[in-house]
Amino acid sequence: MSNILIPNPKEAESIHIIREVAAQFERPVLLFSGGKDSITLVRLAQKAFYPARIPFPLLHVDTDHNFPETIVFRDQLVEELGLELIVRKVQDSIDQGKVREEKGKYSSRNTLQTTTLLDAIEEFKFDACIGGARRDEEKARAKERIFSVRDDFGQWDEKNQRPELFDMLNGRIHQGQNVRVFPISNWTELDVWEYIKTENIRIPSLYFAHKREVFFRDGMIWTANEHVYREPHEEVLEETVRFRTVGDMTCTAAVLSTADTLDSVVEEIKSSTISERGARIDDKRSEAAMENRKKVGYF
Amino acid sequence: MSDNRKLIKIATAGSVDDGKSTLIGRLLYDTRSLTNDKLEAIERNSKQKGFDYLDFSLATDGLVAEREQGITIDVAHIYFSTENTNYIIADTPGHVEYTRNMVTGASTSQVAIILVDARKGVIEQTYRHFFINNLLRVNHVVVAINKMDLVDFDEDTYLKIKGDFEALIEKSNYNFEQVTFIPVSALKGDNIAGKSENMPWYLGNTLLDHLEVLEPQDLVENTAARFAVQYVIRPKTDKYHDFRGFSGKLQGGPLAVGDEVTVLPSFTKTSIKSIHFFDQTYEVAQPGSSVTITLENEVNVSRGDMLVKSTELPRSEKELSAILCQVNQTPLQVGSKLILQHGVNSVLAKVQSIEHLIQTDFSGEIPAERLQLNDIGKVNFKLSKPIHYDPYTENRDNGSFILIDEGSLDTVSVGFIQ
Ligand SMILES: Nc1nc2c(ncn2[C@@H]2O[C@H](COP(=O)(O)OP(=O)(O)OP(=O)(O)O)[C@@H](O)[C@H]2O)c(=O)[nH]1
Ligand SMILES: [Mg+2]
Repeated sequence: MSNILIPNPKEAESIHIIREVAAQFERPVLLFSGGKDSITLVRLAQKAFYPARIPFPLLHVDTDHNFPETIVFRDQLVEELGLELIVRKVQDSIDQGKVREEKGKYSSRNTLQTTTLLDAIEEFKFDACIGGARRDEEKARAKERIFSVRDDFGQWDEKNQRPELFDMLNGRIHQGQNVRVFPISNWTELDVWEYIKTENIRIPSLYFAHKREVFFRDGMIWTANEHVYREPHEEVLEETVRFRTVGDMTCTAAVLSTADTLDSVVEEIKSSTISERGARIDDKRSEAAMENRKKVGYF
Repeated sequence: MSDNRKLIKIATAGSVDDGKSTLIGRLLYDTRSLTNDKLEAIERNSKQKGFDYLDFSLATDGLVAEREQGITIDVAHIYFSTENTNYIIADTPGHVEYTRNMVTGASTSQVAIILVDARKGVIEQTYRHFFINNLLRVNHVVVAINKMDLVDFDEDTYLKIKGDFEALIEKSNYNFEQVTFIPVSALKGDNIAGKSENMPWYLGNTLLDHLEVLEPQDLVENTAARFAVQYVIRPKTDKYHDFRGFSGKLQGGPLAVGDEVTVLPSFTKTSIKSIHFFDQTYEVAQPGSSVTITLENEVNVSRGDMLVKSTELPRSEKELSAILCQVNQTPLQVGSKLILQHGVNSVLAKVQSIEHLIQTDFSGEIPAERLQLNDIGKVNFKLSKPIHYDPYTENRDNGSFILIDEGSLDTVSVGFIQ
């Protein structure tokens, strides 16, 4: 019998990139959030090095405001695949006086994560951080290179990026610099979901429709929980919802949905008229996103 | 992916303000690829700027500086799909200063859409971008003659520009299978996804229909198998104690178990014992596969080495002649020492001589001492070790390289081996 491997071009490209990271850098790390994109990255990394183990650790920058489901899922995955997991906590950065906790209605630890991440990079001398950002997510991300050089302060010099020609990746850097690597740059949201489906990849239950205590604010659906600030008049209701993207509880809104299988999730995304980032409270700067959140509430 | 749609990679080209970003925004709009939140952002921004139309360039110009200046600075990668096709479009800048970013976008594309402003016709930057697409051997070119709404949709204007462009093709050594001319208005949507009622004299396809019928197999080359080793896999577990696999991305032809291969640079002959992809084994790997290969004999193989079929050896040379495109401010001159990265392999290279600069209007060559930013020229090198290449005209993947400055560590030029 002749069995022929016909490559999936996007998967093959991502594996090529991940192998370049392992070959070109001394201390790479995979930034793991527990969301679908970083779970997809783990599968791609497994494929890149099989039957050997993934030759770098995972780093989770924990806000302590994660959905409990995410943490349970993370620990199971690490255990099952025998991965090395490093956790660094935003709480520690707060305790050390490096960052100050936000207060009030829209308070979130989302932006505080950056300090904790940069400290972890310095602590472990990581020279490459693999992330799950995709170019289709957002206009500025559409401009990212696959190997994106950052200076000592973690800054992106967007007007002066290294040209990236053909599939040749130049990861050479000076002491103190590091590279952010985006292996699934060229995937769309739908590509990720279809991949999860064909590969039968396990994902946290948050992505499927479930009953949850929530409240409505600015047309968005917020999780009712001790970590999420809520005004007395904001009434808690039980709704059937799911999450389209999973960050921490203070910055990720749910959508009303009855999609409880991968098939129905894929169908829902295909016919969606708002973008994935539309349900991110951290993207609230733009007015249009606000208006759309109102629509999400009615859905 | 369960997705059976074909994948086509496209890059735009053409001078500043010819309407590249607008054209892509229009394609997204007409194929209903813009979600409501994105469309509303465009509507709001256009109103803010006082336009009485939708400024579609806002769909791709994602940097603040770009929106402020109304120009594209760096490549944006845009994704959309129709029923039959998945598209990746690189929207590149037209400004001369950012030619390096245009080359970046074009290097990964199979199709170029070159825009020409109908009021200005074929100008210097059009030459330059056509020249670069020609140099890169981008397989297929569409010339979109844009802003037809500003010349009253006049057929003679279209024919004049088409004639000028054809004269340019004559002068080039280019043998595109097909160069297609389409009169469009990116802003108004004429001949983008819908047929223009303003130009009944044009009988051809709309831009989208034209792209839809391109066959991807006509857009890739048929070349010999080249397997550059990226990473050696040694699990050192009980189950796989003696496993030594060589991983990489296969380019060119297929490889099969049993194929007799030569390992470069040692020229050791052996054969393929097994082909692995994740937890499965395969008899044959098709081009483009990222696989792990084991060999029959215990041979010494490390990163940067190349496996090829023994009957299809590439050239192995320590001296090299290449056309270079300089993509960095640091000039390149005789005596310059650089890192040459060819695929995943790196060697040291020294510039022996610069033969000439090539003028991008096809008017010939001029002598030069150095290559400055955006210059294109023919350069001879001496290498610290041989590389295993094919001429770029025969093999895009194995015929190109980048040069890296040892001090700044930046990518400073891209080379096409002669
Ligand atoms: N009337 C008319 N205006 C157009 C058309 N296409 C583009 N424009 C206008 O031309 C200007 C430049 O368009 P862009 O799409 O930004 O041009 P570009 O080619 O992307 O420019 P760079 O990326 O900076 O090289 C904008 O004001 C557009 O609205 C057209 O078909 N008709
Ligand atoms: Mg533009």
